[in-house]
Amino acid sequence: MLKTQELALNMGPVHPSTHGVYRCVLTLDGEYIQKAVNHIGYLHRGLEKLAESRTYNQFIPYTDRLDYCSGLANELAYVMAVEKLLGIEEEIPERAQYLRVICAELQRLASHGICVGSFALDIAGSTGFFYSFRERDRVLELITRIGGNRLTPNYMRMGGVAWDLDEDFFKELKQLMDEFPAYLDEYDGLLTGNEILQTRSIGVAPVSKEMALSYGFTGPNLRACGVDSDLRRDEPYGIYDRFKFDVPVCKNGDTFDRFCMRIREMRESVKIIQQALKDIPEGPVMAKVPKVIKPPVGEVFHRIENAKGHLGFHLVSDGSTKPYRTRIYSPTFVMLGAFPEMAKGTHIMDAVLILASIDIVLGEVDR
Amino acid sequence: MQILINLADGIRGWIIGMGLSDTSAEMILTAIGALGAVIFILLHVIILLLAERRVSAAFQLRRGPNRLGPLGIGQVFADVVKTLAKEDIIPAGADKFVFKIASTTLFATALLAYAVIPFGDGMIIQNLNIGIFYFIAIGSTATLSILMGGFASNNKYALIGGMRAVAQMISYEVPMVFSLLGVVMLTGSLKMSDIVMAQKDMWFIVPQFIAFFVYYIAATAEINRAPFDLAEGEQELIAGYFIEYSGIRWALFMMAEYANMVAVSAIAVTLFLGGWNAPFGLTFIPGFVWFLIKIYLMLFTFLWVRWTFPRLRIDHLMHFGWKFLIPVSLANIVVTGIGIYVYRMITG
Repeated sequence: MLKTQELALNMGPVHPSTHGVYRCVLTLDGEYIQKAVNHIGYLHRGLEKLAESRTYNQFIPYTDRLDYCSGLANELAYVMAVEKLLGIEEEIPERAQYLRVICAELQRLASHGICVGSFALDIAGSTGFFYSFRERDRVLELITRIGGNRLTPNYMRMGGVAWDLDEDFFKELKQLMDEFPAYLDEYDGLLTGNEILQTRSIGVAPVSKEMALSYGFTGPNLRACGVDSDLRRDEPYGIYDRFKFDVPVCKNGDTFDRFCMRIREMRESVKIIQQALKDIPEGPVMAKVPKVIKPPVGEVFHRIENAKGHLGFHLVSDGSTKPYRTRIYSPTFVMLGAFPEMAKGTHIMDAVLILASIDIVLGEVDR
Repeated sequence: MQILINLADGIRGWIIGMGLSDTSAEMILTAIGALGAVIFILLHVIILLLAERRVSAAFQLRRGPNRLGPLGIGQVFADVVKTLAKEDIIPAGADKFVFKIASTTLFATALLAYAVIPFGDGMIIQNLNIGIFYFIAIGSTATLSILMGGFASNNKYALIGGMRAVAQMISYEVPMVFSLLGVVMLTGSLKMSDIVMAQKDMWFIVPQFIAFFVYYIAATAEINRAPFDLAEGEQELIAGYFIEYSGIRWALFMMAEYANMVAVSAIAVTLFLGGWNAPFGLTFIPGFVWFLIKIYLMLFTFLWVRWTFPRLRIDHLMHFGWKFLIPVSLANIVVTGIGIYVYRMITG
């Protein structure tokens, strides 16, 4: 009999297909994974510790850099948590609320654009990557007009948003939203309908409802397993209860379903933005908030439905201008914990796809 | 293109006139022909290097290299100079001899295949009696070079890449051979010039379109091009079997890949697309030029397929090769045989 041996392969921190600096040590039997061990922390910047020596306002740019694919949404989560602590949720002007919804949904489009694109890149259909980044670039240009920066706009403030946006912005936004569904049909044609992609991702790493709930999946990964849960509809924050949108749910929870969820959610985001553009009123964009923010002693946990899942901020205040403790609940950190079980028994090429379908962003995993 | 034939006759006459025998004249002419083939390969490699980047950019709404020279032609020189100037790194623990000869042997096998390609009427380096059989045999030897490169690199990624390449290339030789058998049956001979002459009235792609389809897929798998480039799967294996090669050794791998691509296109053109025969009787353009035009069309389809489709997984690839392509190509042979028999019965 031939003696065989298991191979320990290091998908190192420098690898074209780990989405960031992430290391995974795989034990292979031939080309099938017997064991996968996550090694994270290569991008740990100590954001939670830094928050202890920054005022509440000073910390907003730091939250941009968490999930750097969707900066505005991170800011929104943090700002809403502080507003909850201050007790001024009801005083935020209408226009600011609508602008916040537009920003959050624009970021969802950008973030899902990255997921679709890097999924295509990891499966070697790199033309799909360029197609989805073409749209993401248009969204990023709009975000530049919002905040001056493509990835780190620093736009949300406690009590509203930093400044108002002009007519040109809304005109361009409306034009982009009118053209977007056609682009999504293009992705469906090039990627979702492609037989090779379907063969490679249908039935790969299916996640059952029980496994997803026990690991703490949230967001599109949870909805792909068949659990109908969306914070925007179940526990609406801001003014999300005024918008009509569907919550797409898939059945199997395999890689293909997780990939399809992203495109379907992009369609819903376009609908939300179009509704917001119709209803947005005139008015101020910032409430009367004291210059120095000193929230009362207490703690608050607030979460929003980010593109990746539930992004939550747990703030403990001791009455001073700096928080006593800022804890960031990042969805992809939780879901990466399920990766070893999902990857067990699959082919090494499938492991790359599974990682792409969970859609991790190392900034959020490591903080 | 009579100019090359006249040139060859002229050189032969000159050599014989110098007092050397006939056979030495033939040997010198064959050597010059081989040199011509090398120049042909090198020219096409550098054209393809640039063409691949610009064509893929056109598919992806980009521009491709356009800084150096018009249409980015200077990029070719820049790439060549950069590659030659790189440090030659041999990894510690690698099997030095095997590592060094792997890339050279791959290029050598790619070059050997050009001996039987008919570039035009009478323009074939060696018109062997077993022309197409020789090509298939040479194609099999490329597998060994890739395995050498993967095994000698002392790198797990390279090892996995090399193993995959062996499995893939061996599996897809079978449908490739079977698909070519149909053409050989129709011609009745293995000689390349006979195959081209037999397509004077109708190209073999018409009666053998299934075989062409099978050959195209099997050829893409033989030369490790996408969607079958698992051996160098950039996304998982970061360049697979040639991950540890740098400088001129890496350039030889790349050149061998492009040379293989041109060789396989040339065989497809010769066997299915009429070789150097002009379509629709447009004979004012010489055969050599028609051959080049058809090769460029085939190369464009290779590039097109590469940049459109995702990559197959290794077990899907093996299933596809063994369970679909081989039965289809066998069925093609059976149907071709029956067709020839019926045709002979009808025409008496």
